[in-house]
Amino acid sequence: MNRTRTRPAPGRAVRPARRRRAPSVAAPGRGPARLLSNAVLVLIGLCFLLPLGWIVLASVDADATLSVGIPSEVTLGNFTAVMTPELTWRPLMNAFLLSAGTGLITVVGSVLAAYPLSRYRMRFNKAFMYAVLFGTCLPITAMMVPVYSLFVRLNLLDSLPGTTFFMAATSLPMAIWMTKNFMDSVPISLEEAAWTDGASAMTTLRRVVLPLMRPGIAVVFIFVFIQAWGNFFVPFVLLLSPEKQPAAVSIFAFFGQYGSVAYGQLAAYSVLYALPAIGLYVLVSRLSGSSFALAGAVKG
Amino acid sequence: MTSVPLAPAPARTQGSAPAVRRAPVRRTAGRLAPLVPAVVLLALFMLGPVVWSFYGSFTNAALTGPNAADPEWVGLDNYVRLLSDPTFPQALWLTVLFVVASAVVGQNIAGLGLAMLMRSALAPVRAVVSTLVVTAWVLPEIVAAFAAYAFFHADGTMNSLLANVGISGPDWLFEHPMLAVILANVWRGTAFSMMVYSAAIAEVPPEITEAATVDGAGPVQRLVWIILPTIRRSISTNLMLTTLQTLSVFTLIYVMTGGGPGTNSSTLPILAYQEAFKFAQVGYGTAIATVMLVIGAVFSIVYIRSLKPEVD
Repeated sequence: MNRTRTRPAPGRAVRPARRRRAPSVAAPGRGPARLLSNAVLVLIGLCFLLPLGWIVLASVDADATLSVGIPSEVTLGNFTAVMTPELTWRPLMNAFLLSAGTGLITVVGSVLAAYPLSRYRMRFNKAFMYAVLFGTCLPITAMMVPVYSLFVRLNLLDSLPGTTFFMAATSLPMAIWMTKNFMDSVPISLEEAAWTDGASAMTTLRRVVLPLMRPGIAVVFIFVFIQAWGNFFVPFVLLLSPEKQPAAVSIFAFFGQYGSVAYGQLAAYSVLYALPAIGLYVLVSRLSGSSFALAGAVKG
Repeated sequence: MTSVPLAPAPARTQGSAPAVRRAPVRRTAGRLAPLVPAVVLLALFMLGPVVWSFYGSFTNAALTGPNAADPEWVGLDNYVRLLSDPTFPQALWLTVLFVVASAVVGQNIAGLGLAMLMRSALAPVRAVVSTLVVTAWVLPEIVAAFAAYAFFHADGTMNSLLANVGISGPDWLFEHPMLAVILANVWRGTAFSMMVYSAAIAEVPPEITEAATVDGAGPVQRLVWIILPTIRRSISTNLMLTTLQTLSVFTLIYVMTGGGPGTNSSTLPILAYQEAFKFAQVGYGTAIATVMLVIGAVFSIVYIRSLKPEVD
């Protein structure tokens, strides 16, 4: 779905033909209508811009308020104020460890699981895929209270590995679904050649399938990473000590302590924390354009 | 941000066994072995909490004290309390209001509207506006929540804009908390519907809309009689998915209003969190969580049934 954003809609391609046909009486003049739709779009764009603009402008404003406005004095002071080890770097590092760990566990688990689901016809496949789809839909927020008591029982509360495994489990259904679809588009004829040469299923997966679906795996990994990076509620409930908390939670604590005065610093911290997510999103939307071009491997 | 299996590819590849033909049972076991890590994780951390949720909702588990270490079985007490507690029906109603107003109506109509407008927009306008809409969606939820908090705060952007035209705006987060969080959620979530609808509208065969234009159908008639019926599957899928996503929104409301003032914007996720962690009634909070899980499960089953032909 990311790809559709950048491509022109097919509707554009047919417009010249439509115009030549001399529009019927029912079609009003296209000029004013087009101007109006552009104007409405610009207006909607402004509504979306204002809250975003506040974060950016307040982060470089020496005396930022809660209202968006041109900074009276542009400064990087807000950034230097929050860029301390305890305030920014350690939480960002925790967030990275949590997200990368979640991404890694999820990708390994989903690649292994997707292989039999994609390659063998088994009675059990359909039921499993339904269960996975069901897991995709389940509201994770609703689970957090029971997850908390479960973590107390398992003695996993305030444990980074425990939280990482939990987050990996919650992203697995989506990841299995995506990975299976990517794997389905890898032609099986290449594997049959490897099987004929005596390779085992796991060797085939590692040597033939994985190299072919590298872009797909990157998409799944980045996807899970962004989700984990932005997740607030799960670490908020499961991680208690400040030195283990990721940026999402520590930024909230900062907001609670200083947020009502230091708006500029809050905005600067938000920018630092949001940039990796935006950068990775741009990367994944580039990647997902190429991940379906796998059929070419058959020709060689 | 959650992606979705909108168009699952049908399973098409069924290979023969790579190795020599062994006893079918052993062969099946060997084939299923790679599933084990995923199944263990899912069983422990997805199924486990769900089962625990049903069990825990029948106990008087607390956050601290003797009932934390050794909760007692209290039967249906928590559910009886839910029904007699006036905050629960209120939270249920607020959740329905939040989901219907911000997801079913707000995000879907705004998303469809944006997708339609984008078609006739100038390329730079389309690029800039879609980037802005998607950025609100890509931002980490806590950052989006701060941005929305600043926008609707009494001294925020909204009221400065109103002040420019001579209106003294109310304190949105206190006087109209639900309106503020609903608008914030539309702002944050519309990108998803916009992308789904842009993709769906791009698939509508141009011949049909062309033919309708020739027959004299205006833009509104083309939308109602051609485009909407053609993309109805995307509409129902998107309605379900935005509903499920909005049902579990926590951070946005928690940061903006904290569920307040009082409980005036406490939807079910907020109420469950507050009962469990603020008032230390873990058993009671778990009962609320169970109700939410059941609601989510019902919606999921409806959604999966509508997708059925594509999984098979």
